Amino acid sequence: MELYESNYAVQIEDLTVAYDAKPVLWDIDLDIPQGKLMAVIGPNGAGKTTLLKAMLGLLVPVSGTVRFFHETDNSLRKLKNKVAYVPQSGSVDWDFPATVLDIVLMGCYGRLGLIKRPGKKDKEAAMECLQKVGMTEYAGRQISQLSGGQQQRVFLARALMQTADIYFMDEPFKGVDIQTEKAIVVLLKELKESGKTVVVVHHDLQTVPDYFDWVTLINIKVIASGPVEEVFHEQNLKKAYRSTGNLLKSAV
Amino acid sequence: MEALIYLFKDYTFQTVALGSAILGLISGVLGSFAVLRKQSLLGDGVSHAALPGVVMAFILTGSKDTEILLLGALISGLIATYFIINIVKHTRIKFDSALALVMSVFFGLGLVLLTYVQKIPNSNQAGLKRFIFGQASTLLQRDVYFMVICGVILLVFILLFWKEFKLYIFDDEYAKSLGFPAHRLNLLLSFMIVMAIITGLQTVGVILMSAMLIAPAVAARQWTNRFWVMVVLSALFGAISGIFGTAASSLMAKLPTGPAIVVFISGIVIFSVLFAPGRGILQKVIHRKNLKLFLRDQGGDGNVPTV
Amino acid sequence: MSPQFEIQLVAVIVAVACSLPGVFLVLRKMSMMSDSITHTILLGIVLAFFLTHDLSSPLLIVGAALTGLATVWLTETMNRTKLLSEDAAIGIVFPLLFSIAIILITKYAGSVHLDTDSVLLGELAFVPFNRMVLFGYDIGAKAIYSTMALLIINLAFIITFFKELKLVTFDPVLAAVVGISPSLIHYSLMMLVSVTTVGAFEAVGSVLVVAFMIGPPVTAYLLTDNLKHMLVLSGIIGAVNGILGFYLAVLFDVSISGSMAVITGLVFLTVFITAPHRGLISSLRRRSRQKIDFSKKTLLFHLYNHEGSEAEIQEAGVHTLADHLHWDMGLTDKIVKALLKEGNIIIENDVIKMTDKGRILSVAEYEALFSD
Repeated sequence: MELYESNYAVQIEDLTVAYDAKPVLWDIDLDIPQGKLMAVIGPNGAGKTTLLKAMLGLLVPVSGTVRFFHETDNSLRKLKNKVAYVPQSGSVDWDFPATVLDIVLMGCYGRLGLIKRPGKKDKEAAMECLQKVGMTEYAGRQISQLSGGQQQRVFLARALMQTADIYFMDEPFKGVDIQTEKAIVVLLKELKESGKTVVVVHHDLQTVPDYFDWVTLINIKVIASGPVEEVFHEQNLKKAYRSTGNLLKSAV
Repeated sequence: MEALIYLFKDYTFQTVALGSAILGLISGVLGSFAVLRKQSLLGDGVSHAALPGVVMAFILTGSKDTEILLLGALISGLIATYFIINIVKHTRIKFDSALALVMSVFFGLGLVLLTYVQKIPNSNQAGLKRFIFGQASTLLQRDVYFMVICGVILLVFILLFWKEFKLYIFDDEYAKSLGFPAHRLNLLLSFMIVMAIITGLQTVGVILMSAMLIAPAVAARQWTNRFWVMVVLSALFGAISGIFGTAASSLMAKLPTGPAIVVFISGIVIFSVLFAPGRGILQKVIHRKNLKLFLRDQGGDGNVPTV
Repeated sequence: MSPQFEIQLVAVIVAVACSLPGVFLVLRKMSMMSDSITHTILLGIVLAFFLTHDLSSPLLIVGAALTGLATVWLTETMNRTKLLSEDAAIGIVFPLLFSIAIILITKYAGSVHLDTDSVLLGELAFVPFNRMVLFGYDIGAKAIYSTMALLIINLAFIITFFKELKLVTFDPVLAAVVGISPSLIHYSLMMLVSVTTVGAFEAVGSVLVVAFMIGPPVTAYLLTDNLKHMLVLSGIIGAVNGILGFYLAVLFDVSISGSMAVITGLVFLTVFITAPHRGLISSLRRRSRQKIDFSKKTLLFHLYNHEGSEAEIQEAGVHTLADHLHWDMGLTDKIVKALLKEGNIIIENDVIKMTDKGRILSVAEYEALFSD
């Protein structure tokens, strides 16, 4: 039916997610083309993080399906090598007894499967990933001694370690310093250049045109999705950042 | 001193000490996982709740074989855990209240059953009461074999799923996103922690067993920032206090083993919290003092904000 | 008074006295801290007993109150070092103090009249043996008076400081702003827990005190939202537990305090399953009703989204709908039928269409999401 069907990295159909009886995402239809660097934006409580988690299969939706690369079988077991996840850095206990290298190595656990341990080659790969985020000298550092920006870089290195095709990132710029933000942007663009698809939950509207080439505005439902220059304008933003009036008018 | 040497040559003591060492080792290893998962007190609930299971197993089978009694303990510990989880899931009652309620009610049931057993003619409940405070001297050789088998099984599982457990404890959602069966890992780990508690009941008793899970891990955490070093140290601390507690209890009359072991391991915790390099309080105090002097040298008023 | 009646009376008084401070412990999420205190209090009792050799000495109360405070202080100090978490701190402090107490008791058990069983497990059956004699007259069992005093202390504390307790429990920041020290109330409450444990241990044993402190309040918590009602209800539930526990114990000839704990559990379980609004059954029912309601809304919204689009025949087809929503056929059928009956949808040529009523409902639902 669709002309460019073969180019989609993610296709979401009629996805509804609810906590108790309160919908967080309501009948979402969304196609993410391959090779795009996409921002997901919307006000607080719009369901950005939930959308990410639902795509990753971390939540059980009330209805709908998520497909990667047109595969019909979406079990994460099968997809673990294709999809990488960078959670919000605040979601874990940074006092866990581990070094930076330990955390980055976790990125290859999925590839290794059950029981097998990371070997020398994996360690070398992990060091390479750390180098990409500029954290080589911190490899042996205990993770509780890292700053917010460094924590985020470590999580990013861990995702790079997965050598995935799609990267999902939940607010990677939250609480990081300017240098880290710039370094992350460079990295994201590199990923895009090498044909990867990157989906980033983002909250800073000002930087959207500079950082991304594709954008999805959501507020419980998809407000708009497409190239930044076409979709990212005031009218859509107003729609996303409140004003139910518009919807009501268009409906009646 | 002579008594000590004599003691360590004693065959019965060797058996008992071996048993206590294994208990300390197992609870030290599994305790590290429980503490890092922030589930320190669940062990308290499980161990209290084991008492009615022990007595019930005796009432039903008439046997005082450790395996059978501990199987009863395992079952009632799991039932209690199931209750706690469901109370929290279906009502607005918080975890700590649910835990306190379930464990005290189960313990009460245990006492009721104990007094019931007392009334049964020809049955001696003395063997059951040791489960309240633990009595290592009642450990038989076959009990120790049983503990060794449990310990080996638990350690094999820990080694097999080492990276999975570590990943799961640090970041369960990420583990899920990598395609690991997070729910099953959680169940397996919880079951293993309950197993570790059960194997220690005979020596330490139901009231104090939770300390064996928490204390070695907390002490070990102060000395290292590496996960595997923490687990090994925790096992070591647990085993050492097991042996010393048992020795003290054997040398001194009427000294119950459980409390003796707990006092030893608590001593290690206090020492670690105070003196461990890097994290210890002493080092922090010295560091603050030096900083103060340094600031004063720089011409400041030497006030350092408290952390 | 018959011995039977005296035992029941003490059981009821103890249960009510314990349940009153318990209400605040449950609401303030201090259940495990109070569990810890009921254990460590033993050390205070033992040390005071060594000094006085008298289990009914008032020094016991002082000793216990001090150990109670020491427990809270030690736990909080350990926690403040940030070297370990709060639950781990509880899990280290209480076993240590408790172990020291047990070692002292067993070590000197022969020379003093204090054994682990009587302190830990208590024995209500012995209550009538210890008489209160005034001017040569026997005026009832001693325990009636000591536990009554305890009940009065607890009642007086809660009535006097009701306003403060309430404010500190529900809004500690506001309390601090208006000049009520949350930590003062906190420590006073912990003192009350300690004193209650001392008053109750002879009857029910220190390990089970926590069952009577936490059990009735959590049961009442499932029945009411009002703090005063919760206090009264906890008292009543505590009293009922005491009486039923006594008869259970008589019936099977087993430990009275243990039976009271068992009844506490059973009463809780009954309320947990059957309580209106917050019980298991009503919560499961509500969830399944919510699921149906929500599925209806979801379907309407789905129809609204695809109304008039090219893909409508697919998205809203009677046979293809289930596939699109990723629902099973049973659920889809059920929801479609319900919506048909309500007149929110109609079926035209195997395609589900919204009626005007359905469309307005769907938009209203979406709007409602943003109103709060």
